[in-house]
Amino acid sequence: MSELPGDLLYTNDHEWLRRESDGSVTVGITDHAATALGDLVYVELPEVGQDVDAGGEMAVVESVKAASDVYAPVAGSVAAVNDDLSDDPEKINADPYGDGWIVRMTLADALDESELMTPDEYQQLLDELDD
Amino acid sequence: MGSKTPFYDKHVESGARIVDFGGWDMPLHYGSQKEEHHAVRQNAGVFDVSHMTIVDLAGERVRAFLQFLLANDVAKLKDYGKALYTSMLNEEGGVIDDLIVYFLGETAYRLVVNAATREKDLAWIRRQAEAFDVSVSERPELAMVAVQGPRARELAAPCIDAEFRDAALALKPFFGMEAGEWFIARTGYTGEDGWEIVMPAADAHGVWDRLVAAGVAPAGLGARDTLRLEAAMNLYGSDMDETISPLEAGLEWTVAWEPADRDFIGRSAIEALRNSPDRQRFVGLLLEDKGVLRNHQKVVVQGVGEGEITSGGFSPTIGRSIALARVPAGDYDRAQVEVRGKMLNVRIVKTPFVRNGQVRIDV
Repeated sequence: MSELPGDLLYTNDHEWLRRESDGSVTVGITDHAATALGDLVYVELPEVGQDVDAGGEMAVVESVKAASDVYAPVAGSVAAVNDDLSDDPEKINADPYGDGWIVRMTLADALDESELMTPDEYQQLLDELDD
Repeated sequence: MGSKTPFYDKHVESGARIVDFGGWDMPLHYGSQKEEHHAVRQNAGVFDVSHMTIVDLAGERVRAFLQFLLANDVAKLKDYGKALYTSMLNEEGGVIDDLIVYFLGETAYRLVVNAATREKDLAWIRRQAEAFDVSVSERPELAMVAVQGPRARELAAPCIDAEFRDAALALKPFFGMEAGEWFIARTGYTGEDGWEIVMPAADAHGVWDRLVAAGVAPAGLGARDTLRLEAAMNLYGSDMDETISPLEAGLEWTVAWEPADRDFIGRSAIEALRNSPDRQRFVGLLLEDKGVLRNHQKVVVQGVGEGEITSGGFSPTIGRSIALARVPAGDYDRAQVEVRGKMLNVRIVKTPFVRNGQVRIDV
């Protein structure tokens, strides 16, 4: 398993979140999630402008094996979606923290980092899952 | 922890993701299900199928027994080694299991039945066998691999004892042969050429290593499922079960209606359905919209009725989603499938979707 990027925040559901300089956040799924799902073959993206609640279903990623919901880590609205994933969903497997990003969101409220996990906390969660 | 096949250590060595399958610890994939799928379509892959149940039958009346037990007719098996695919029905005409039967002599046949149905199959077969004085011997000590793909036989041939190699390479499709302690059959569950090879467990590790060294890709249950779906081969428990007639599961071709006086278990029940106008169709679906069809999704045929996907997934060879589905009687070739509240368009297509590396439907 590759090392977790240190500049991201994480969720229990294996999403990651990056704080962008304009105050928006970018969201994707972690390498752990992508590896567990296996080769991705389809991504269902939300509409730009759609409002989402924290923990609400925001996208669906489907691998050869199964479909899995992607939840919004925070409340906000969809500012952009990664349209490249429509033709090339495997970008999520290949580069989950980069080209495999899924949604960019503008936040409804100021980001409360205590609701999310630091890289160390998320690593601890992964270690527990391995046991 | 579940039961382990003789190849278990090899799976772990090859980095397999191990999952429970019918009580067995089996490899789901060894890194990429899609790459394993393509390896089988384009070159060769090896599957551990040792979890499947091998049952040897012997007795003077074994043929009469199988003609009663099975919906297909073993009288079709006239040549040594010939295999027959069939369903085994209950009195109500539901499918207890699907299986392959090999003709090994006038008084000896071999069955290969599913792993997940092992106990009920053995109990049923033993109960029915009593009246025919047929011995029923399970062979759990044997290991079994399926080597599949256009280059499978060529790459696997060096593993076979030189004494039997030419005869094995000369096997016609759907024939098997005994080769010392081994049994080699030109059968499979992928829609590709290849062999299924039964061997003593002691030979398992050596064979696996030689196959992998020869360039045969280890392939897991995940690829096995997408390959069999593309080949439109039924999966027991998904496409049919004890509540489903073979006639509504695309298995009528495995029911031998002639001779009309052959009384097999379930015959009278399925004969009632045979010419019924209400008989459900069992069809292949190609998804025309984006998305992935999955088991149990609802199929809606406008003005006709509703059905259900029995096996759905993504086809790595076609690059689109395909499915097998049980749908209402009627003459139509388009339908919709409900996926997360949306109605997606599907086209009914003639199966198989893929066979011998070639896409067989209009995409």
